[in-house]
Amino acid sequence: MSKTMTSTSRGHWGRRFIGHDAVIFYILISVVIVSMISVNYFASTLTVGFLLIQVLPILLIAMPMALVIVSGEIDLSVASTAGLTSATMGVLWRDSGLDIGTVMALSLLVGVLCGAFNGFLITTLGLPSLAVTIGTLALYRGLALVVIGDQKVASFPMELNAFVLSKIGNTGIPVMMIFVVIVIAFFSVLLHFTPFGRGLYALGYSPQAATFVGVRVGHAKFWMFVATGVVSSMVGVFLTLRLASAGPDNGTGLELSVIAAVLLGGVSIFGGKGNIPGVVGGVLLIGTLTYALRLAKVPETALIIVTGGLLVLSVVAPSVIAWGKERIRLNRMHREVQGHNASGTTRA
Amino acid sequence: MSTVTHALAVPRSNAFKRFFTAREVPVAGALIALIAVTYIVNPRFLSPQSTKDLMLNATIMVILAVAQALVIVTRNVDLSVGAILGLVAFGTGTVFNMFPAIPLVLVFVIGMIFGGLLGSINGMLVTSAKVPALVITLGTLYIFRGVLTSWAGSTQYFSGDNPKAFGNLSVDTLVGIPIITIIAVVITVAVAMFMSSVRSGRDLYAIGSDPDAARLFGIPVGGRVLSAFIACGALTGLAGVLYASRYNSVGALTGSGIELDVVAAVVVGGVAIFGGSGTVAGAAIGAVLLSTITGALTATRVDKFWQQAIVGVLILAAIIIDRVVSLRKTRKLRANEAKNV
Amino acid sequence: MKLFSMSSRGGRIGSIAAITMVTALAVSGCAATTDGGSDGGDSASTIAFLPKQLNNPYTDVVLGGGEEGAAAIGYDFEVLGPLEASASAQIPFIEQATQQGTDVIAIAANDPDAVGPALQTAREAGAKIVAFDSDTNPDYRDIFISQVVAKDVALIQLEIISEQIGGAGDIAILSATATATNQNEWIKFMEEELESNPDYADIKLVAKVYGDDDADKSFQETQGLLSSYPDLAGIISPTTVGIAAAAKYISTSNYKGKVALTGLGLPNEMREFVKDGTVAEFALWDPARLGYVAAFAGKALVDGTITGAEGDTFDVGDMGEITVGENGVAIVGPPTRFNADNIDNYDF
Repeated sequence: MSKTMTSTSRGHWGRRFIGHDAVIFYILISVVIVSMISVNYFASTLTVGFLLIQVLPILLIAMPMALVIVSGEIDLSVASTAGLTSATMGVLWRDSGLDIGTVMALSLLVGVLCGAFNGFLITTLGLPSLAVTIGTLALYRGLALVVIGDQKVASFPMELNAFVLSKIGNTGIPVMMIFVVIVIAFFSVLLHFTPFGRGLYALGYSPQAATFVGVRVGHAKFWMFVATGVVSSMVGVFLTLRLASAGPDNGTGLELSVIAAVLLGGVSIFGGKGNIPGVVGGVLLIGTLTYALRLAKVPETALIIVTGGLLVLSVVAPSVIAWGKERIRLNRMHREVQGHNASGTTRA
Repeated sequence: MSTVTHALAVPRSNAFKRFFTAREVPVAGALIALIAVTYIVNPRFLSPQSTKDLMLNATIMVILAVAQALVIVTRNVDLSVGAILGLVAFGTGTVFNMFPAIPLVLVFVIGMIFGGLLGSINGMLVTSAKVPALVITLGTLYIFRGVLTSWAGSTQYFSGDNPKAFGNLSVDTLVGIPIITIIAVVITVAVAMFMSSVRSGRDLYAIGSDPDAARLFGIPVGGRVLSAFIACGALTGLAGVLYASRYNSVGALTGSGIELDVVAAVVVGGVAIFGGSGTVAGAAIGAVLLSTITGALTATRVDKFWQQAIVGVLILAAIIIDRVVSLRKTRKLRANEAKNV
Repeated sequence: MKLFSMSSRGGRIGSIAAITMVTALAVSGCAATTDGGSDGGDSASTIAFLPKQLNNPYTDVVLGGGEEGAAAIGYDFEVLGPLEASASAQIPFIEQATQQGTDVIAIAANDPDAVGPALQTAREAGAKIVAFDSDTNPDYRDIFISQVVAKDVALIQLEIISEQIGGAGDIAILSATATATNQNEWIKFMEEELESNPDYADIKLVAKVYGDDDADKSFQETQGLLSSYPDLAGIISPTTVGIAAAAKYISTSNYKGKVALTGLGLPNEMREFVKDGTVAEFALWDPARLGYVAAFAGKALVDGTITGAEGDTFDVGDMGEITVGENGVAIVGPPTRFNADNIDNYDF
């Protein structure tokens, strides 16, 4: 057959501008513009500050989580790692007499250990990541309770708390965003520009094929879970300083928000697809929409429904679109085949 | 041509051996060990009131675990069960508020239909959109919870608003066992028999093991999965009605966060998270085990802070055991095949 | 399928869109008024009530009183709050109130310190902070409206339980969350009184458990208490959720009539249990007055009539005048005892 049956794209540019993550950003920009016009008080430096601080934990954890999901795994224990870190930080600060810098460094170590434990169970013992991280979700949160009990520790140095919330000059952008941008850039480069990153896509698409191609599957997965653990503990430290209070319930429920945002950003739950800018867009979209609707006095319950609806829509829509495209393609193919078979005359 | 007469020479394991290698044995063993140890430390653990409490606490978890097992066996999951429980429980309160003289059986039927309807939403989205149930039910979790919160607002229905007979279901006993626990046991047995003997029940295992092969074999995968979700929803609805009977108040927050506990119970009970194996009996035992831990910890005066950590360790242990067992089985099967070549 | 190159191409579009988005946000920040509150001059003053959590029947009564109070002082009334009783969930609402330029923020704090930094920001934006029901750290608020003298709350519950157990025996406390300021204060007074008062020499406090204001958890904690301390003579539960859950359990168990139960409860919730004998008597106050007074206190602060210092007096509409005590605390009135004789007279 001279004509290939594969669906030829209607030009590369058409695809690029209507790719998933591009759509997310169009929606995001329209939400921002509409909010600036119609929602009272939205257009102000306070918005930028409050909003970014609120989405910061989700944004940070979404980075390694995107990598984990792209490679075909999942990590539900991130919030518990943050809680355990917070509890450890509280107890260390209150009881050990070390200076705050050492306390923070030791707390980050907690993240490394948690991530490494996850990684060990998943790579060396070959256990399914969904089940393992449900287990470690309970285990780490439980350890946080054991470490600090029902108490909270609130005596952190106020300068640190002020620093964490401070903004750059008059723009309202929090100083912590610099740190966040570095983290985003790091994971971006890792995923999109290194062989390691490309290996993750291969892993997500097909672990066996990846092994044949030479990707060190166990090695890659292990370090990814460690990365997730470290970033989760960073968030734990951040939350502790921001709330000026260490407790085992810091960060509860974070994991579902992160996963929802990552999936909204175009990462496929099956693995093998997705990119970092899309994830950033997903986090900002949910965050901005929630913020704007709240400011517009929409009741909290409607916000929950909106988030859920967005999530469902974002995964159902591509399926529906793909189904639609497939039907068009099949129809076209049927027509062509019929045209060829009809007494040898090729239809135009 | 020499027929290989020993083609199917699978060693006929005797019933004895099969009993002891059943996946439910470690869970049941752990449960018995837990009860025994706690009893030794604190004999009051098995006093009549205490035992009754244990059974009542476990009842709702058992029904939820059985419902969830149906779905997990097909390689799916339903994270929205907490919200469905809440919606039906609150619905029960509303129904009693509007029709105080309504016969109890009707309330149960309404609850199960309501739950089944919600489950069908999940099922239809999962089967038609070809997206993993994890994502879909995560979304419906948010949506159902939001609907419940806006419907309930700050209204709460208290047990005093329900008919006395309804509340008594959680108090009265038959041969020492609370009535609602008997209901739970009957359901577990019924579903277990369905899964092991009825054709459509066994199909669920096939779908969980390999959906594509099941489809090629002629099993209506979409229809079966949809039915599994509807059944899960209906049973969760039943649990919701019982919840309204047992606990003092139902409101917007009812059932929050219970979903991960249920999945944990099912996993601990031996149902593989990727489907295809495990039984509802195991899931039920897992649920009993997890709900007994709380009671055991307080009875032995162990710091209750250890509870969550212990649950986590149990889940990990269950998964590791599963893995080890399945590795051994694969090796044995492979060895057997090699012999037959 | 061109797996890798598609992602990096999509990524390029995504990153361009991302940069555009961030620029748009920053521009919206810089171009707008520096703080959104200054243009609210012509509209009425606003008071925002931030309870510990929404959907709590006790809170609703308080808010009802607050709404009445707001109408009486001519302010716009709004309610903001999280669906779960946690400090980190309250903070976004404090920020929202700040952003909207609210004049008075009336808050019942889930944690005395964690909400501090957010309240500071609100004060810098010009809001007056009135704490009610559950205090914050005094540094963060201008005045605290207390429903009754904290010590009286503790004493009356001890009195009731002592009457019911005949002056001797073991008692336990079923509280709400471990960090709630009001709970801890009452418990402290109870413990002090038990030590010092010779009338209570034969009463021993054997346990304190926390139900987190969650009906299920409180229910299970009661079960635990009774199974570990079989000789328990009485339980005090100074939280409406706790006492209701405990009453439900006791009334359906063998302990009914053997274990005394008292605490702070809502008449509508407790009526059934008073009628069937599980609870002989319990206490509370009129929550609506709490909200009402909070509204007037806010107005007085805004008008400059008071600053929250000791000795200030302010007008409370048809309830007369209230004087501020030490530490910036104002008391609303004495507690009420509810029992079978008077419980039908109340509807909240």
